[in-house]
Amino acid sequence: MFDPNRAHPWMANSAPGSLRAMLDEIGAGSVEEVFAQIPEDHFRKAPLDLPPTLSSEIALRRDLVGKLKKNADCEANLSFLGAGVWQHHVPAIVDEIVGRTEFATNVWGSYQSDHGRNQAWFEFSSQLGALLNLDVVQLPVYSWGCATGHAMRMAQRITGRAKVLVPQLSDPERLSVIRTYCQPSAMQSHIEVVLVAADPTTGRLDLGDLQAKLGDDVAAVYFENPEYLGTIETEAAEIARLARAAGAETIVGVDPISLGVMTAPGDYGADIVTGPVQPLGVHMQCGGGAGGFIASRDEEKYVLEYNGFLVSIVETLEEGQVGFGLACPHQNSYGSREHGKDWTGNSTYLWAIAGAVYMSLLGPEGFREVGTLIVSRARYAAKCLGEVPGVRIVWPDTSFKEFVVNFDDTGKTVGEINDLLRARGIFGGKDISDEENALGQSALYCVTELHTAADIRHLCTTLKEVL
Amino acid sequence: MTRIPEFHAAKWNEPVVMEMGRPGARGQLFPAPEDEVTQAVGSDLIPGAMARKDRAALPEITEFEAQRHYLHLSQMTLGMMGISLFGTCTMKYNSKTAEYATLRPELAAVHPYQHPDTLQGVLEIIHEFDRILCSLSGMDQFIFQAGGGADAAYTMAAVARAYWDDRGLLDQRTEMVTSVQAHPCNPATAAAAGFKVVNLPLEENGYPSLEALKAAVSDRTALIMINNPDDMGIYNPEIKEWVRVAKEAGALCFYDHANFNGVMGKLSARELGFDACMFMLHKTFGAPKAGGGPAVGAYGCSDELAPYLPCPVVVKEGDRYRLDEDRPKSAGKVREYWGNVPQVVKAYAWARAMGAEGIQLASDISVVANNYMDRKLAEIPGLEISNPGIDAYRMEMTRWSLGPLTEETGVTTVDFANRMADYGIDPYWMSHEPWIVAEPFTPEAGELWSKEDIDTWIGVIAQIAEEARSDPEMVKTAPHNQAIAQVKGDAFEDPGKWAMTWRAYQRKILGDESARGVA
Repeated sequence: MFDPNRAHPWMANSAPGSLRAMLDEIGAGSVEEVFAQIPEDHFRKAPLDLPPTLSSEIALRRDLVGKLKKNADCEANLSFLGAGVWQHHVPAIVDEIVGRTEFATNVWGSYQSDHGRNQAWFEFSSQLGALLNLDVVQLPVYSWGCATGHAMRMAQRITGRAKVLVPQLSDPERLSVIRTYCQPSAMQSHIEVVLVAADPTTGRLDLGDLQAKLGDDVAAVYFENPEYLGTIETEAAEIARLARAAGAETIVGVDPISLGVMTAPGDYGADIVTGPVQPLGVHMQCGGGAGGFIASRDEEKYVLEYNGFLVSIVETLEEGQVGFGLACPHQNSYGSREHGKDWTGNSTYLWAIAGAVYMSLLGPEGFREVGTLIVSRARYAAKCLGEVPGVRIVWPDTSFKEFVVNFDDTGKTVGEINDLLRARGIFGGKDISDEENALGQSALYCVTELHTAADIRHLCTTLKEVL
Repeated sequence: MTRIPEFHAAKWNEPVVMEMGRPGARGQLFPAPEDEVTQAVGSDLIPGAMARKDRAALPEITEFEAQRHYLHLSQMTLGMMGISLFGTCTMKYNSKTAEYATLRPELAAVHPYQHPDTLQGVLEIIHEFDRILCSLSGMDQFIFQAGGGADAAYTMAAVARAYWDDRGLLDQRTEMVTSVQAHPCNPATAAAAGFKVVNLPLEENGYPSLEALKAAVSDRTALIMINNPDDMGIYNPEIKEWVRVAKEAGALCFYDHANFNGVMGKLSARELGFDACMFMLHKTFGAPKAGGGPAVGAYGCSDELAPYLPCPVVVKEGDRYRLDEDRPKSAGKVREYWGNVPQVVKAYAWARAMGAEGIQLASDISVVANNYMDRKLAEIPGLEISNPGIDAYRMEMTRWSLGPLTEETGVTTVDFANRMADYGIDPYWMSHEPWIVAEPFTPEAGELWSKEDIDTWIGVIAQIAEEARSDPEMVKTAPHNQAIAQVKGDAFEDPGKWAMTWRAYQRKILGDESARGVA
């Protein structure tokens, strides 16, 4: 229990006499007197009902670790879960830097006092810009879905149109966020979300359906590369060309860890690019590693529509010296309240620093190697799984790191199979059987640089045992 | 004798990482695919049109060079390791015990789509913390999906849409009413959610009048969003009446509890009549904010609004925990997954380590310390408290003005903030827009800082006020002891000069289209 006679380690003025000394200085007889602004009948009646105080670090740590150990994790188990949160390698140096107290603490200093933080932010944008081949990268917003929602609203403001085309085979999690950002139909500034069919033989966007829906009322065409279900969108340049011809913006969601081996979206006509930052050196953290970037060309029509923090390199008062600060500050909600571009606030800027360190460690060759390793092992996993009786790879040879595995011919549901795998220390792929995809009993499997050939063989052997 | 720190920031003249390294240098190697893999699938696996031809123009540096570079950048970040009385953000100690617990694989290497049987520990923490927040607020259910305070305000707007849509009144209930001094996130998120914003002006008591509120609310009002106390340190004593008036008009009432620190354990949002509220776990509840997230806006509401919450909601059944995704009236998600879970764990740790008595003591200390600070600041000529006619103790922070000093010396609040860093003191928060007083600054003493820290902070303010009179040019060109000199602002709004990436900088400023950025 809390002992009022012992000072709390997190409160300097809980030491004996401190509070009294300050009360004396301000001429107050009691603490209650200092709260005189609050009317008597506003004070709460219900007593606080909180669990017992853990007043020592020892007791606190025991409680936290004891509870967390009730989880099973993806290090002790072999996991093939992905779908927006992926198990990638986090270099030790990234953990050291993001754990630096100067970066982790609460404050948000000036361009000079927090120069290092501002430079690290600029280096995140610069390195990601080099992967995307785009000149403007905003500091990350809350998530990929949020980034895409903002991008669609940018497109609405740029084009004055209120419809977006989105792949029918979209991640329901991300799509739910996008629909929230696009508002219900009763709202005046609603954006209509229209789904574009997939080619059932490849999982890629059906260009015929796209053209049929791509009228002069479309603000933006959105697709992902790779798509949600793992397929590499080989017709990306053609989609962007069609969108441009219709006066629509092309918004592409990309996985940045693919960009050592996959074409930069800036090179195939993307106007606005979004994506997750979690693959760039951020632990999964039960989804708490999410963050989403927004990027574009350096044109005013885009730059003046960003909602958040754009960090620019600038001169200082000292000749030849550079510093960093926020460009276009008046257009965000801090500067313009309800007249700003959407809104901004605390976001996921620590992950920008993680990303900066990660990208600097990999360099061009590291990205090429990790991309090659991932696609090789993912294709290998698809090939091996496809040889398991009753198991079918829905779109073989089109994936980067994720692919759809169908279990219809096993007579078992994905839920049943994943239960059997879990009992043997394997987390099977995400169950997508309830999603609107007409793919039957299917799971989305994810393979990364952390999955060895032996891991993949172990999965296949175990599947053969349980099916 | 007040201690005035002598300070000089680390100054490394650190290059931008894009300028560093040498061709072929490596910081991270990956294994080659196993032979069995290559034999089975071959190479060149990316289809031609999508196979990257160019080499990404990234730096090529060693592992140590990356470590040293980013350590240098951290050293050139004061980051609250001076004294930061940064108002509205409630500087707290961020427990390393909690931080290290969240870095364990039992949380860091956990996937949100794992089977709930494998997530019982983290679900238990989230549920227990939900109960703690429910006790502090009187609300019935909290969720943690929102990635910050602004996102929690957005959650409120989304919940309000779903609530009114469910009643068939969304085309009629189109307005959100707030105060002109509410945090910008309230009007901004309501507008982004599609509501029309009605701003109430401040009147002589420091808050909008009840009459203005009565005139503003109607059957068009979907919700009101309000904070209390405000950033001046003034508590609106009519708030219960506000809620009554708004509810009579049918509106939902949202309590933005950004300024919770001074009233923790003293007020209950629900007892005051509010339908929903939000807490910022990255300030009030001791989770680190990391210079702008990952953060959590914990959004809590009454049972009446709970059906409209974004999914998932953590629920307890018997002695098991699960994620409830089956909520047909849900407003939809505001962000993927269930929130910045490690920050929730850290906030839970804060609440457990503080306990009920500690939380109440923290609010006592934060309000008393703020008034101590006010008393000392009032002794410095050239400074003026906001709403000087109000003779009352303020809450946990106070808005001050340097207006008289600026008129006398030309030194502005921005100059002042820049100069503070020269003493190893973190620049203060000035004010959200709009600036209600001239040349504002908003200190908040909190429960973290000692009386000696506060004295040092005030001593530096007094010293800079003297410098403003004796050598205004020196203050206006500050800082002088930092990693860099004062940043010039002319490029920030100039499309010809702004450069948000090294690529853009090379093209626009260095005039080198082909430079690869590798020295």
